[in-house]
Amino acid sequence: MTEILSEFALYFNYPFVWYALIVGVLIAFCSSLLGVTLVLKRFSFIGDGLSHVAFGAIAIASVLKLTNNMPLVLLITTLCAVLLLRTGRNARIKGDAAVAMISVGSLAVGYLLMNVFSASGNLSGDICSTLFGSTSIITLTQSDVWLCISLSVAVVAVFIIFYNKIFAVTFDESFAQTTGTRANLYNLLIAVTIAVVIVLAMNLVGSLLISALVIFPALSAMRVFKSFKSVTLCAAVFAVVCSVLGILISIIAGTPVGSTIVAIDIVAFAAFWAVGLFKDRKA
Amino acid sequence: MPLLSCQNLSLGYDGIEIIKNLSFDVNSGDYLCIVGENGSGKTTLMKTLLGLQSPMHGKVIVENGLKQNEIGYLPQQTVVQRDFPASVWEVVLSGCQGRCGLRPFYNKEEKKLAKKNIEKMGLSGLEKRCYRELSGGQQQRVLLARALCAAKKILLLDEPVSGLDPRVTAEMYALIENLNRKEGITIIMISHDISAAVRYASHILHMGDTEFFGTKAEYLNSAVGRSFAKGGRFND
Repeated sequence: MTEILSEFALYFNYPFVWYALIVGVLIAFCSSLLGVTLVLKRFSFIGDGLSHVAFGAIAIASVLKLTNNMPLVLLITTLCAVLLLRTGRNARIKGDAAVAMISVGSLAVGYLLMNVFSASGNLSGDICSTLFGSTSIITLTQSDVWLCISLSVAVVAVFIIFYNKIFAVTFDESFAQTTGTRANLYNLLIAVTIAVVIVLAMNLVGSLLISALVIFPALSAMRVFKSFKSVTLCAAVFAVVCSVLGILISIIAGTPVGSTIVAIDIVAFAAFWAVGLFKDRKA
Repeated sequence: MPLLSCQNLSLGYDGIEIIKNLSFDVNSGDYLCIVGENGSGKTTLMKTLLGLQSPMHGKVIVENGLKQNEIGYLPQQTVVQRDFPASVWEVVLSGCQGRCGLRPFYNKEEKKLAKKNIEKMGLSGLEKRCYRELSGGQQQRVLLARALCAAKKILLLDEPVSGLDPRVTAEMYALIENLNRKEGITIIMISHDISAAVRYASHILHMGDTEFFGTKAEYLNSAVGRSFAKGGRFND
């Protein structure tokens, strides 16, 4: 035990370990807040779709040889988020099909672009780290961390200020509209926020595993808790605990950060599911 | 002046008219039942009254002082709601959303109003319960309490008894009748159940191939009313 602790102490002398921990916790926290709404609105897969879009956007940015790819990626992902949430209703191509199409499409185009134009010698390594976020979290710079902190604060502020409206729009969109709540506006807000969160989360878990951060906390909390408020709070705590554990374990065991966090999410989900079953039977 | 007045309404979607030239007035204290076959445009009409959809021609005029967002609405349940983790309190309170405007949180008066409507619907003690674990009748009463939080004078109900068993259906009708008689709330209700419509309503709007609008007595004397009142229900 003391060996492990001293090893931690050693690692925490390095700023990049702190950066990884801060960014990891913030991203997990933000995505879990939005996750509850997305799961309930039947938009679980939008996280997946958008992360592939972000992958495509990163490919474009690298082809254009942009040094700072963040603005472009954020812009493209936000546009797609708006597009996807808008086509949710009354569209020729239904929501789930549209997500599938855009997601696979941008994955393919992104890979194609990287393949054709990339100057890097280690192409499959580049792609692997974009998809699974294997190393990029260790290479975070101080400005990355500040950007992440400020965007997370913005996301949390939006969520708290519009909490009641988000609940109303999620629970019953047409009723909310009749009371004068501009449901479309809030759907747009949700779309833009989720795009921001996803672009942030690319660094942590890579584009393939982002959905896990969005879905697992919400689904686990819904097994056990029964009100919107308690589900949201529980999802947030769940996400933070799992990501801290995941990051610490990956440091010690040398495993990839993203997939370690998701593996812990899976184990914790199983535990919550069991607790939920037990609680229902007792009731 | 009537509380709500529809003048020469034509409604439809994707450029196809399904209702042509519909005119009727609803006065304060009326209990209007809208009956008609599926596809005759009942829900479209209700969406137009609520301002969710604009008419192709004609207009809906509401009395001075009544805003469109002060109409209480009891929609049909959606798939999303069946496994939604929300407490009774959260759902009812969300009916006050229209009163908040841009203010992010509910104030004391709104909470008091929500509490009052929970009591009125006989849901006291269930505030912390999860909405999805309630019985069908309780769920409808929760949604009715929420609609009352939004309503000032008028309630629009979209098939409030669908899926309920006969005893709960009767309770629901009694509750609505009570709101109409004792509290003077104007009711507009879509219904499949003609026998209940004829029993409780003061006015009937019959939509479909033959249109009819008038008081209950006029309806029962009309040709369309006589043929349908005997059958009791539409086939659906």
